[in-house]
Amino acid sequence: MIAYLAKRIGRSLITLFFIITLVFILLRQMPIEGYFENFDKLTDEQIQVGLEQMGLTDPMPVQLANFYKHLLHGDLGESRRYRANVAVTEILAKKVPISIKLGSLSILVSLLCGLPMGILMAKNKGNFFDKLGTLFIVFIQAVPAMVYYLFIQLYGTTIIDVPLLFDASKPLCWVLPVFSMSLGNTAYYGMWLRRYMVDESTKDYVKLARAKGVSEGKLMKNHIFRNAFVPMIQYLPTSFLNTVVGSIYIESLYSVPGMGGLLVDVIKKHDNNMVQAVVLLFATVGVIGLLLGDIMMTVIDPRISLSKKGGGR
Amino acid sequence: MAALRHKLSSKFERHVSDQIETMPDEELFSFHTYNADEGEKTAYSNYSYWRSTLNSFKKNKTAVILVCLVVGILLFTFIQPLLPNQYDPNLVNNDPSTGIQYRNIPPYILTLVGNTDYPEIKETFWFGTNSIGQDLWARIWTGTRNSLLIGIAVASIEALIGIIAGVLWGYVRKLDWFFTEVYNILDNVPQTIILVLISYMLKPGIKTLIFAMCITGWIQMARFIRNQVLMIRDREYNLASRCVGTPTRRVIAKNLLPYLVSVIMLRMALSVPAAIGNEVFITYIGLGLPTNIPSLGQLINDGRQLMMSASLRYQLIFPTVVISIVTISFYIIGNAFSDAADPKNHI
Repeated sequence: MIAYLAKRIGRSLITLFFIITLVFILLRQMPIEGYFENFDKLTDEQIQVGLEQMGLTDPMPVQLANFYKHLLHGDLGESRRYRANVAVTEILAKKVPISIKLGSLSILVSLLCGLPMGILMAKNKGNFFDKLGTLFIVFIQAVPAMVYYLFIQLYGTTIIDVPLLFDASKPLCWVLPVFSMSLGNTAYYGMWLRRYMVDESTKDYVKLARAKGVSEGKLMKNHIFRNAFVPMIQYLPTSFLNTVVGSIYIESLYSVPGMGGLLVDVIKKHDNNMVQAVVLLFATVGVIGLLLGDIMMTVIDPRISLSKKGGGR
Repeated sequence: MAALRHKLSSKFERHVSDQIETMPDEELFSFHTYNADEGEKTAYSNYSYWRSTLNSFKKNKTAVILVCLVVGILLFTFIQPLLPNQYDPNLVNNDPSTGIQYRNIPPYILTLVGNTDYPEIKETFWFGTNSIGQDLWARIWTGTRNSLLIGIAVASIEALIGIIAGVLWGYVRKLDWFFTEVYNILDNVPQTIILVLISYMLKPGIKTLIFAMCITGWIQMARFIRNQVLMIRDREYNLASRCVGTPTRRVIAKNLLPYLVSVIMLRMALSVPAAIGNEVFITYIGLGLPTNIPSLGQLINDGRQLMMSASLRYQLIFPTVVISIVTISFYIIGNAFSDAADPKNHI
């Protein structure tokens, strides 16, 4: 177990190292306007001096080494255009908690809606509920998220009478962002749980239990659901990623002061340092999500071999 | 009803058994003579993979209708500029008498159902005009064409690279570790982040978008192909084919491909709506196509900025309706085709 964990975490670290290095090198190729607040007003000499001060004229390996040295001290550099000369970490420190709160609330909501939906659909396979649920899933999976997010914002704000823009102190303001963000994962959980439960319900042990006279409700709860739930764990990473993407849309639509909205803002302002920091943060979230998914999978289902090669999904 | 049927069937059975009882043995049994020619005959199946696939696909009426719809939309996006009285999607229309732009003219199509007062102007804008006086009808069809082409291009490139890489990955054992490492790294990074990063770095344009979407998409297809190739290539029937000297090309075409087609098609069909959705996303965060290349993402984004005034909402609703129809169609067609193409579902 420990050997497996060490190997799996080591792999994640190597991946992170690759990503960080690649992102860093790629973003150095960007136009240099992204490092100055008022690029148009500066003379060539001023630009040159500025670049030297920021260490951007050094050879790439030196820059990279410096970056890692600072990163280990928890320093991601300074913002240039978004908020001039403020440390990136200081900006992020205020944004991250809101995003985490929003993301975890939405995952909670989608579990609370998605799992009952999957069970209901599996129980009524081929009937009205199943068809209704399939319609919902097809719509959510196929149509770009932007489309329904917009209509939820448009009509939702008038229906429950909240302002368009987010205000963290009003609980009612959390409803629409959390609801919109949970839709994607709800459809996802519902779809897979239904499929696994339907698969499970044709197996021999279920037939035997039914022949012995186990009640239908008990059968669903104790036999089918439990076994169908285990493979659901592997979708944890994907739901992490769904939440990240959802947060980029939702936070900037409702002006939630979180990470996702920040990414859109800094891209529009061409602030290279901030883009780098936010991209790295999101990549880290993704890598950690996958890692957690793999670890939980092995913890929850003892049948899965811990030393399976590759350790991937 | 059930009782009646039971009564009838038991009556019928009794009738038959009565008949049998009254028959002499000679009529019940007869000796069959040995025929040498009959003995030489072998069974012949006229099973054809593609015909069976087509037949079972045709049974799914919804999917067939949607195929017609998608093909129709795609054709119409090419035909529309050739129709009479069409506007250029990038042309800013001015009122000839005053020289002022036709800003936010309501859709003419609504007057046909008696919904709104159409202003007294000579021109007819079917879907109205946008905030700078461009014809929304022309922009929507050009945008649909661009979005669909991006989607189809991404799906085809992903499939092409994915299949080649997957077959290499599966067949050439020395390459296995290399592709596996690439997969482990690529699969660990959120695709959206790569998309954002590449669009941020490169010049906005159709090629950039396609490149950014393909760079991660192919690996999933490749991995699937690799797993199938590994599973299938050493099965007994393939060994047998190899032993009797079937050329590899024929083994791949006849023994391997039918197993892969269903999933290749499914993945391709699902790539199209995903690519269209990604285009919307990239446009929304401000890295999309330039405004002289209309796309559905761009139209939705333009409509979003005006959605708060109810009278201008048509600029959001028309593109969202089109995008929903297109993406849902591809999704359903893909699933229906993959069911139909799976040899396990053929009788």
